[in-house]
Amino acid sequence: MRTRTRLILGLAALAASAAACAPNAQQDSLNPQGPYADKIYDLFVPVFWIAVGVFVVVEGLLLFIALRYRRRKGRAAEIPPQIHGNNRLEIGWTILPALILAGVAVPTVTTIFDLAREPQGDVLEVNVLAHQWWWEFDYPQEGVNTANELHIPTGRPVYLTLCAVGLGYEDQPTPSVCQPGPPDGAIPAAIGDGVIHSFWVPELAGTQDVVPGQANTLTLQADAPGRYSGQCKEFCGLSHAYMKFAVVAHTPEDYDAWLRGQQADAVMPESGSLAATGMDVFLGQCIACHAVQGLEDANGNPVVANGGPNLTHFASRECFAGCWLQNDDPEELAAWLDNPAAVKQGSWMPDYGLTPDEIDAVVAYLKGLT
Amino acid sequence: MQEQAAIHVFESEHEATSTGLPNVKLAMWLFLASDVLLFGALITSYVVYRGRSVVGPYPNDVFDIPFTSVSSFVLLASSLTMVLALASVQRGDLPRMRLWLLATALLGLAFVGGQVYEFTTFYEEGLTLTTNVFGTTFYVLTGFHGTHVAIGILMLLSLFSLSFGGRITQRNSMTVEIVGLYWHFVDIVWIVIFTVVYLIPTGP
Amino acid sequence: MASVSVPTTGGRAGGLLRRPTATTGFWSWVTTVDHKKIGILYGVTAFAFFIVGGTEALLIRLQLAQPDQALLSPSVYNEIFTMHGITMVFLVVMPLSAAFINYLIPLMIGARDVAFPRLNALSYWLFLFAGIFIYSSWFLGGAPNGGWFGYAPNAVLDPTRGMTFYAIGLLMAGVASTVSAINIAVTILNMRAPGMTLFRMPVFAWMSLVVQFLLAFSLPIITVALFQLLFDKRFGTHFFDSVAGADPVLWQHLFWLFGHPEVYILILPAMGIVSEILPTFARKPLFGYQFVVFSGIAIGFIGFGVWVHHMYAVGLGPIANTAFGISTIIIAVPTGVKIFNWLGTMWKGDLTFPTPMLFAIGFVAMFVIGGLSGVTHSVVPADYQQTDTYYIVAHFHYVLFGGAIFGLFGGMYYWWPKVFGRKLNEGLGKVHFWLMLIGFNLTFGPMHVLGLQGMPRRIQTYPEELGLTFWNLVSTVGAFMIALAVLLFLINVAMTQRKPKAMDADPWDARTLEWLTTSPPPEHNFDEIPTVHALDEAWHRKYVETAPGRVVPVPAGGSGADEAASAGHGVHLPAPSYYPVVASLGVLLLGYGVVFSWWLAGVGAVVMLAGLYAWALEPSVE
Repeated sequence: MRTRTRLILGLAALAASAAACAPNAQQDSLNPQGPYADKIYDLFVPVFWIAVGVFVVVEGLLLFIALRYRRRKGRAAEIPPQIHGNNRLEIGWTILPALILAGVAVPTVTTIFDLAREPQGDVLEVNVLAHQWWWEFDYPQEGVNTANELHIPTGRPVYLTLCAVGLGYEDQPTPSVCQPGPPDGAIPAAIGDGVIHSFWVPELAGTQDVVPGQANTLTLQADAPGRYSGQCKEFCGLSHAYMKFAVVAHTPEDYDAWLRGQQADAVMPESGSLAATGMDVFLGQCIACHAVQGLEDANGNPVVANGGPNLTHFASRECFAGCWLQNDDPEELAAWLDNPAAVKQGSWMPDYGLTPDEIDAVVAYLKGLT
Repeated sequence: MQEQAAIHVFESEHEATSTGLPNVKLAMWLFLASDVLLFGALITSYVVYRGRSVVGPYPNDVFDIPFTSVSSFVLLASSLTMVLALASVQRGDLPRMRLWLLATALLGLAFVGGQVYEFTTFYEEGLTLTTNVFGTTFYVLTGFHGTHVAIGILMLLSLFSLSFGGRITQRNSMTVEIVGLYWHFVDIVWIVIFTVVYLIPTGP
Repeated sequence: MASVSVPTTGGRAGGLLRRPTATTGFWSWVTTVDHKKIGILYGVTAFAFFIVGGTEALLIRLQLAQPDQALLSPSVYNEIFTMHGITMVFLVVMPLSAAFINYLIPLMIGARDVAFPRLNALSYWLFLFAGIFIYSSWFLGGAPNGGWFGYAPNAVLDPTRGMTFYAIGLLMAGVASTVSAINIAVTILNMRAPGMTLFRMPVFAWMSLVVQFLLAFSLPIITVALFQLLFDKRFGTHFFDSVAGADPVLWQHLFWLFGHPEVYILILPAMGIVSEILPTFARKPLFGYQFVVFSGIAIGFIGFGVWVHHMYAVGLGPIANTAFGISTIIIAVPTGVKIFNWLGTMWKGDLTFPTPMLFAIGFVAMFVIGGLSGVTHSVVPADYQQTDTYYIVAHFHYVLFGGAIFGLFGGMYYWWPKVFGRKLNEGLGKVHFWLMLIGFNLTFGPMHVLGLQGMPRRIQTYPEELGLTFWNLVSTVGAFMIALAVLLFLINVAMTQRKPKAMDADPWDARTLEWLTTSPPPEHNFDEIPTVHALDEAWHRKYVETAPGRVVPVPAGGSGADEAASAGHGVHLPAPSYYPVVASLGVLLLGYGVVFSWWLAGVGAVVMLAGLYAWALEPSVE
């Protein structure tokens, strides 16, 4: 028993130390990169160590007792004193844990309220719309709408309003405050089912669920420029695993530049180029769902969103399809355009039966949408 | 001899129990306690969704309080007849017991009939199970209650017919008492539903 | 015994209502109302589902062993993890606990059977048919795929039949458990042996009593939720339809109002088992008996007041989150009290470590870890990171596997001699324990790290860049070690059951009444119902107190097991019956009917009603 015990303890210590240095963890809640994630981390770490302390004491006691009071060979088995209990001990080990827990409760409650408070000052407001299975980011004051990547400036609190978008029971779009909709009161079109999602970018903030019919809020802030990985955490159907996103933090100057770039109309392809052919295919099929600012359809109407991601500056982003695929990888793009549901099971984007030539052309067009 | 005694230990409705309450009675109380939570969840769902329907008809459009008051009174009266039925069997008066059992069942049927009439009227006025949240929560709540009443009526009529075969007697009057407990419970639940759903004024 | 007390016409009712007579063979098992046989039925069935649920787990672990794999497509993966959860919670741990409760409670309280033996049989058959019903969905349009917790609107909007099977199957299982809860509660409250006051009852009986109340009060709530889900799917009602003004979160409230008491339902019986095993192999009474009992009751009560801790990220607001954060922190206190009392039981004992004791100690060790991670969840802001990640998966597997399953295995090794008249092989048992302990920690320990470092739950795969590969692989290896350990257990069982029955009444020198009768007990349990004078009555018949706390064996001739192999003279037992199975079959048909055809539902309802009426009217004795 002694050697086995040592073996287990050794393995446990090894595991614990290895855990602390798992490389490459991109969504690491133990690596906070902003004040809101810091607050959570600063609360969790001391509680964790208290828990470790209790673990050591209790498991240590257990091991000690098991070894110390085991029946030794060769000794007559005597019936030990029949102790029924000890009231003082009972009171003690009720009150002591209660005190420790009360100590934990106080900073817990203050942090809850801290995190729930609407930020003051120079706040960037963004609407986050969760679809099956991709994230839409809408900047109402800046007039920018993008997908899969949430770009923010460093050092400023970003106040997110979270809305779930999709079709409800009778294929009616679920209403959301993030999409005020046109004056006639119609609810903007939606594709996919309106289910619960959850917005989580652990290095910048804790989670908040995205519930149809509710407008939840979440504040995050990045201290330093960088790309922070995030993912949907609430099971939302077939391609739940494929609903990632990235938060890209820029210095304030870079952010302004990004903003200006996003506010511009889409780049028009050179006439006669492969990309121009692609644009024609695009105008034939894709504008059923996708918006491209500055493009007009055959009737001279602007191409606006109708349930799909905004592609105006598609090539300015690194990832698409729930941030699962790379925008600059023509093979991934082609595979996606050929048969979206084969890449991402359940995808609501239809397979338009495009020929390989048409696909090449569309890829060329999309790559031009910087 | 011992064998006879042993048989009676099992079959006697007054076997010795640690609490003093006979097993079936304790079981019925526990079941009713459990049923309180069932109706609690249904009523809570109704209350939480009150005023949240996006389209009509709304409660004030369809409710006929005087009518429902009458059918509520009918159900209440059936509790009285149930008490009388139990009193009768406890003093050994089987014909009276049958009379009051039948009366209870008939009053219950009248209540259910009133519900059916009421729901048909609502349906004609455009309130179905799927029209809006009000229809959904209202029909499911009252439907569960109505089903409980129907099961109660089945039990009452079973007691009624079994008594003709000599199977309900003064000795096992506890059977009637237990059905009575269930029936009174169903009545009390209706009082709560009637108050919360019909009587408490709401917005649209 | 007629549950509705209707006098018979003297035992000569013939024809349809004749009671079955088989006492051995297949039909005796189908018509049995003996709590011991029913306990064995529960145990065997639950263990079979354990193998199935474990296989589902192995498939999950294979799929997640490496990033970007497609061994299981998302649709299949979603069915598998959903069925794994449903199986382990409803078809394994609950019925395994029921197996122990059914077999042991009457023996422990000195009764001959439960209060309503036919109702007891009904509960078993309904459970079995519910399991068959849910599993048949694989072949009938798709298994449940919305998670064991079936959140709306996803569960409603899913186009396959899976979640309809889920709703109906769990409704069936819920009725089985509700009925059983009432039965066992009445048994414990009403049928204790003379002299056995509530505070002379074994802790296992107390924990079982609390569990029955938890079941009776929590199941109705999920019943309502499941009906609402079923109606939304089947009839187009709007319970969770945000477009119509309803709130998808209502499902979560109702589900977790059940779901949280449910986890105490899952753990308390195992805690009761551990509270019986530790004193036996420490040769000392349970330390702080009343405190262990009261903490169990407290956990039961407070358990109804913490449900929102499953919903901290839903957006209910800081006040709600604070209130439930505090109630969740509070519930850690009575849980800790139990742990300390178990340590106190072992303190200064004369400890030996046969397999049951290893599992009991393993329970304590693993449950402490699961309990501590639970405390970290109660720190609400920390839970904003932890919720819906593998950190939570780690927590509940530590308490439900390291806790409940270890406790239940301990119980199997402990009571095997009583139930089957043979002891499971010790050598194999020890290997089983150590292999399972190591495998279990390898599987679920790393999940703490995976969760904190970014791995959400319920994902069919993960990309390489997230850096989650190493610990996922370790976890998969651990899972196969667990499988090997379970295989060893099965081999042990097969070997053991071949041996002849040759067991003493009291092979472990234990403390409770079941050890007073033969191994296995006769059908009537005790020749004479024992009169109880103290807590740990059986121990006090063997050992007498000479000085405070000091005991010596009672001089020979006076005691020990007072059973003779007599044939139970003069004890009449409740007769077997067909109607629990018949009524359950009716319910099964009704269930299929709700999915496929109203005619079939009608037939099912008629069969069920006919079964119930025949049950009420069949004669008590032959």
